[in-house]
Amino acid sequence: MVNWIWLGMIVVSVFVGAANGRLNEVAEAAFGGAQTGVTVCLGLISILVFWMGLMKIAENAGLVRLLSRLMAPIVRRMFPDVPPDHPAMGYILSNMSANLLGLGNAATPMGIRAMQELQKLNRQPGVATPAMCTLLALNTASITLVPTTMIAIRMNFGAIHPADIVAPTLLATAVSTGAALLADRWYRHRSGPPRAAGKRIGNGPAASSPSAPASLGGGG
Amino acid sequence: MADWIARVSAWTIPMLIAFIPLYAALRKVPVYETFIDGAKDGFQTAIAIIPHLVGMMTAIGMFRASGALDAIIGVVRPLLEAIGVPSQVLPLALLRPITGAGSLAFVTDLIKTEGPDTFAAKVAATIQGSTDTTLYVLTVYFGAVGIRNARYALKVGLFSDFVGFFAAVAACWLLFGMG
Repeated sequence: MVNWIWLGMIVVSVFVGAANGRLNEVAEAAFGGAQTGVTVCLGLISILVFWMGLMKIAENAGLVRLLSRLMAPIVRRMFPDVPPDHPAMGYILSNMSANLLGLGNAATPMGIRAMQELQKLNRQPGVATPAMCTLLALNTASITLVPTTMIAIRMNFGAIHPADIVAPTLLATAVSTGAALLADRWYRHRSGPPRAAGKRIGNGPAASSPSAPASLGGGG
Repeated sequence: MADWIARVSAWTIPMLIAFIPLYAALRKVPVYETFIDGAKDGFQTAIAIIPHLVGMMTAIGMFRASGALDAIIGVVRPLLEAIGVPSQVLPLALLRPITGAGSLAFVTDLIKTEGPDTFAAKVAATIQGSTDTTLYVLTVYFGAVGIRNARYALKVGLFSDFVGFFAAVAACWLLFGMG
């Protein structure tokens, strides 16, 4: 999909640019875009180095465990068909806590371990269980406290208060997570037991978008 | 209300910066050494993003320069502005669930052309920061355990992206007004 989007944008740009008599601008924009890409990434170094240092402290201090304990009573209700003492629950809690702290690099392995444990409870391997869908819904909506990447980029371009997007980001992420959980509940009740046929997805990261590293995802 | 919420922005980061090392020190973690240890990864991460961002910034920069982006936005502008959505952010709604690097590049380009403190730039940054790349998460998580039938998971993810888009616009209206 990403291959087609990328190719499409470039090819359309050249044709539309030719039609509008703006081929020079298009060519300049290609190199200008490449330059901005590098400059922005170099600008990200400062914040990412600082933030990942801070987050390493959070990790080693056991903040993930602390958050997990705090969230356990709520999260157990989101996964009614996972036994509370099953290892899957521990990984689900760690995944959510790491996401909340913006530890993207720690959250993904935890989430995958959680999926592997949920797969052991799955009677139809190959078909997602309701618990798997809920975990996925939580991860696509991704609650994050601090959108570090976005703050860094706004800082690079001289924003007056680069961090003033923290509050709207929290609001938006809370609403979209709530929507994800509600939709998940609705489909779970409506669809009942899993069916054999259905939407298929790619198998493994190779089949999908060569998306950026996990840390790009939630802005964290 | 909006004023109170705006304080969240001002307080969250300083509080985290103070609380995390303090909590860690009480748990007898050598805070400075740990900081240095973790900070090394930040450099790697920033460098690893370069190819992704260069590829996407090039395509988006060309798309804007050719006039194609303005043509697309021009079509939907009256409709979107009637409901208070800055029309420049529309392409982001389409890119965000599909490609993390592409949407990051789009937001960067928007911040650069419109200015970092414009309403559109703040809305775009909020959208980018408040959700993850649905298709990427789906493929990584389900692919890791060999789930081929995702059932309703994709619909739920896209629905939450859709809601998140309008939530971001509404939250920015609430906090910044049409700046």
